[in-house]
Amino acid sequence: MGNLKLPRMLIATAAFWAVVSILNATGILNGYFMIIINRSLIFVILAVSLNLINGITGQFSLGHMGFAAVGAYVSGSITTLIFKLSPDTLAGNGIFVVAIVIGGLAAGFVGFLIGFPSLRLKGDYLAIMTLGFGEIIRTILNNIDAVGGPRGLLGIPKFSNFTVIVAFAFLTIAILRNLVQSSHGRAMLSIRENELAAELAGVDTTRYKVLGFIIGAFFAGVAGGLLAHLLQIAHPTQYGFYASALVLIMVYAGGMGSLTGSVIAAFTLTFLTEGLRVGIDWLKDTVGLPVGTEWTMVIYAILLILIMLFRTEGLMGMREAKILIIAEETK
Amino acid sequence: MKLFAMVVVLAVLFTGATLVSCGGSTEFKLGGVGPVTGEAATFGVSTKQGIEMAVAEWNAKGGVLGKQIKLYFADDKGDPAEGATVYTKLIQQDKVSAIVGTVMSKVTLAGAPIAQSSKVPMISPTSTNEKVTQVGDFIYRACFIDPFQGTVGAMFAFNDLKAKKAACIFDVGNDYTKGLSEAFKAKWEALGGQLVGYEAHATGTTDFKAQLTKIIQQKPDVLYVSDYYNDVALIAKQARELGYKGPLVGGDGWDSPELVKIGGAAVENGFFTNHYSPADIRPIVQDFVKKFKDKYNAEPDALAALAYDATYIMLNAVKTAGKADGSAIRDALAKTDLGVVSGQVKFDANRNPIKSAVIIEIKGGKQVYKTTVNP
Amino acid sequence: MGSIINAQQIVNGLQLGSIYALIALGYTMVYGIVRLINFAHGDFYMLGAYAAYGAFFVFNSFMPISGPLAFIVLVIAMGGGGAIALLANRFAYKPLRYKPKLSSLVTAIGVSMFLEYFFSALPVIGPSPRGFPEIIPKQMYTFLGAEISNYVVIDIAVAAILMISLTFLIQRTALGRAMRAVSQDKDAAKLMGIDVERIISWTFLIGGAFAGAAGLLAGMTYPRIQPYMGILPGLKAFIAAVLGGIGNVPGAVLGAYIMGLAETFANAYNSLLGEGIAFVILILVLLVRPTGILGEKVADKI
Repeated sequence: MGNLKLPRMLIATAAFWAVVSILNATGILNGYFMIIINRSLIFVILAVSLNLINGITGQFSLGHMGFAAVGAYVSGSITTLIFKLSPDTLAGNGIFVVAIVIGGLAAGFVGFLIGFPSLRLKGDYLAIMTLGFGEIIRTILNNIDAVGGPRGLLGIPKFSNFTVIVAFAFLTIAILRNLVQSSHGRAMLSIRENELAAELAGVDTTRYKVLGFIIGAFFAGVAGGLLAHLLQIAHPTQYGFYASALVLIMVYAGGMGSLTGSVIAAFTLTFLTEGLRVGIDWLKDTVGLPVGTEWTMVIYAILLILIMLFRTEGLMGMREAKILIIAEETK
Repeated sequence: MKLFAMVVVLAVLFTGATLVSCGGSTEFKLGGVGPVTGEAATFGVSTKQGIEMAVAEWNAKGGVLGKQIKLYFADDKGDPAEGATVYTKLIQQDKVSAIVGTVMSKVTLAGAPIAQSSKVPMISPTSTNEKVTQVGDFIYRACFIDPFQGTVGAMFAFNDLKAKKAACIFDVGNDYTKGLSEAFKAKWEALGGQLVGYEAHATGTTDFKAQLTKIIQQKPDVLYVSDYYNDVALIAKQARELGYKGPLVGGDGWDSPELVKIGGAAVENGFFTNHYSPADIRPIVQDFVKKFKDKYNAEPDALAALAYDATYIMLNAVKTAGKADGSAIRDALAKTDLGVVSGQVKFDANRNPIKSAVIIEIKGGKQVYKTTVNP
Repeated sequence: MGSIINAQQIVNGLQLGSIYALIALGYTMVYGIVRLINFAHGDFYMLGAYAAYGAFFVFNSFMPISGPLAFIVLVIAMGGGGAIALLANRFAYKPLRYKPKLSSLVTAIGVSMFLEYFFSALPVIGPSPRGFPEIIPKQMYTFLGAEISNYVVIDIAVAAILMISLTFLIQRTALGRAMRAVSQDKDAAKLMGIDVERIISWTFLIGGAFAGAAGLLAGMTYPRIQPYMGILPGLKAFIAAVLGGIGNVPGAVLGAYIMGLAETFANAYNSLLGEGIAFVILILVLLVRPTGILGEKVADKI
C-alpha cells in the first residue's frame, strides 16, 4: 500500500469531529442531529465498502447488508455474552473494538465464500447470486433461536458513539483510499474496465476479485457491528434486500468508483430523508397542506429519480475530492 | 466543491425548518410513533388513526392540564434504526412529554432505551415481546404479551372445541406470530394434545399451499393460525380449498373488518382471542366503534382500538399526575385503573396490563362473542 | 417422501410457478431487448391488479359476472400495466438510454419506490390490503387425489398462450425482428432505418401489459392486493428469469416452474428453512450453468 501519509484527511476528519462535538456539547446540535450524523457515518462505511466491490472492482453485489448482518450478529453476540457474564469488564472500549473487528473478520470470511462464485458468474447473474446469499443469511438468522430468531438479537450494550463511529469511518475511508490508489487498486480497476484484457496483461483477476469481496465484506461487517451497538438491537429484517438497495443507491448516486461520492451521497440521502420528514411536518402544521408523513418517501423517490436523470454519473462521477487523492498530498 | 456547498445549504435549510417547527408551551406535546410507510403500513395507519381520534376527543373536552394536546406523529417505517431516530427526534427536537408507540416489538425495543434514559414515559399499544417493558420503569404497554394468547388459544381448542390433534402455521420472520405459535405448542403439549404439524411461511408470501397440504394430510382437528388478518384470510381460503373443514383458531391479529371481506366463507368456523368484542354492550365500546366509523368510514381493527386505549391511558396518567413531568406521569401510570375499550386496565409489576381475553367467533360474516377467559 | 412429493404438491408448485412465469415473461422480454433490470416490473404487476380491481367494480355495476366482463377486466389490467410501463420508459428510462447501464438500474429502483409509496400514500388506495373479487367463479376438481381449482388450469393455460405468442412475436413478426436487431446493436439497428425508440416503447408496452395480466391472474388466484404486493413476486420472477437464462423467453417459463416447484417442495420438506433452500438451489444451478439453464454463453470481446 506504499504511501500511508494521511495528514490532510486526518486534519479534516479531526476538524469535523471537533466541530460536531463542540456543537453537541453546547446544545446547538441535539441528540436528533447526532443520531442522524451517526447513521450517516455508518452509511458512509457501507457505501464506500460496497463501492470497492461494485464501483472499483466492477462486480455486482446486491446483498451487501448480508455482510453487515454477519458483523452485527457476531460482534453483538460477543459483547452481549461478555456483558451478561460480567458487566464491569466492558468498562473500557477495548473489548468492544475487538468484538467489532471480529465481526468484520467473520463478514470478511463470508465475503471470501461469496467471492468464489464471482469467478464464474458475471453481471446480473452475480447480482442474483449475491442477493440469494443475502437472503440465505437472513433465513438462517431467523431460525437461530440463540440469537433471537425473528425477535432479533436483544440486549446489546450501547457502545457506539459519535467518536467511535467517526474513528471507524475515517479508518475505512483511509484504508480504502490507499488501497484504491495503490498498484492493487489499479489491478482492481483494470478488472472493471475489461476483465479479459486485464487477465491478458498479467493481472491475477481471480485473486483481486475475491480480495475485493473480502475487504468490502469486512468493512460492511464493521458497519453492521457499529449499527447494532448504536441501536442495541440487531434484527434480520434490517439486513434484507431493501436495505441493500438503499446502500446501492448511495453508491450510484454518489458516483461509481468515487469514494468521495459515496461519502457525500451517504450524508446527503440520510439528511434528505430526515429533512423531508421535518419539512412535511412543517408544511402540514404551518401551511396546512393535507399531507401526512407517508408522503416523505414519495418525494424521496422522485428526488432520487431526478438526481439520476440530471446527474447521471452520480453526484461526483468518477472524480475524487483533492483531499482523497494521495498524489495531491505528496506534492 | 459546488457539491459540498449543496450539502451545507441542505443542512442549513434543514436546521431552519426544524427551528420553525418548535411550538410554544401553551400546548401539551404528545409523541406518536407507527410505521405508516413500508410493508407494515396498514398497521401503522390504523395505529395513527386510533391515536389521532383519542387526541381529538380529549382536545374537544378541553385537553389535558388545561392545555390543548399537540400530537407529533412520526413514521418509523418498521425499521429499528428509523425507530431510534424518531424517538430521539420526538424527545430531543419536539420535546414531547410522553410517547404512544410503536407497533412492532423490534422497533419499540430500539426506541424504548432512548425514552427510558430521557425519562420520558411511553406506552406501546401493540408490542407483545416480553422484553419491551423490561427495558425500564418508564415503558408500558397496552396489549397482551406473547405467551398469553397462545396459551388461551390452546386451552380453548382443547377444552371447548374438544380437539385432540392440532397444527400450527405462522410467519417465520414475525416475532408476534411465532411467539403465539410457540406458546400454543407449549400449552397444547402440556394439556396432553397431539401436535401433528408446526409449519412456518415466509413473510409477504401469498402461497401457503405447500405447508397446508402437509398439515392437512395429518388430519388435524384444529388449525392454529397466529398470523395477522391479511395472511389469515388467504391461509383460510387455501386450507378450505385443500379440503380442511375443521375450526381455525388465532389471536388478536385477526381483528379487522378486512378478515371477512377477503376471507369470505373460508373464515367461518374461526375463533380468535381478543381484547374486546365489538358487540360488547359497554357504552365505551359502542361509542368507540360508532365514532371511528363516522370519522374514518371504516370499522376499527384491534390496532386502532389498542392505540386509542394506549392514548387514553397515557393522557389519563398525565391528568392524574397534574403536571407534564416524566417521573410524575410514570408514577400515575403505575396506578392506572381505567375502563377503556379493551377492558378495565391495571398494570402489574412488569408494567403489563392485567386484563381478561374474550374469544370471538366468526359466524355469518360477523364477529360473535363466544366466551371470556381469565388469565 | 410421500408427504413431500405427491400429486397435490406438484399441483401447488405448478400454480405458483405459473404466476412467476407470467411476471417473468415481461421481465425477461424487457431485459432481452433493453438490457435493463427493471426493478419496477413487480410494481407494474401491482398496478395491473389494482386496475383490474377498479375495472371490475365499475363494470360489474351494470354487467353480470360473465366471460365478456372477465375479458374487459383483462384488457384494462393489461392496458394499465402497459400504460405505466410506457410512462416509466418515457420519463425515467429514456433519458438514460445511452448512459451507463447501472444508472438506469438505480432509476428503476427509484421508480419502484415511487410507485409503491405513492399508491400507499394515495388516500383512495392506501396501504390496507383489499380482497380481490372472484371474476370467474371458482370450481374445485379432484384429480389423482389432488384438489385442483379451475384457476390452476387458467393460470397454466394463460402462461402457455402468452409464452407462445411472445415467441411468435419475437421470431416471426417484423416488430420482433426489429426488437432482436435493437437488442443486438442499437446503433447498427438505427443505421438500418429502425426507429429504436419506437421499438423500445413497444417492448415496454408489451412487457407492462404482460405484468398487468399477471397482476389480474395473481389477484384472482391469491385474492389479496396491496401496494407492496409486487416486491416479493417481482424478485422471484427476476430470479426465475435469471435461472432460465435472462432474455430467453422459454427459459423464463422454465425457470419460473423450477422456482415454483422448488419452493413448494422446500417448504414441504422444512418450512422453517423453505425460502433459504430455494435460494440454495438457485445458487447451485447457477454454479453449474453460469448463464442460466437455457442462456447462451457469451464470449468476452476485447
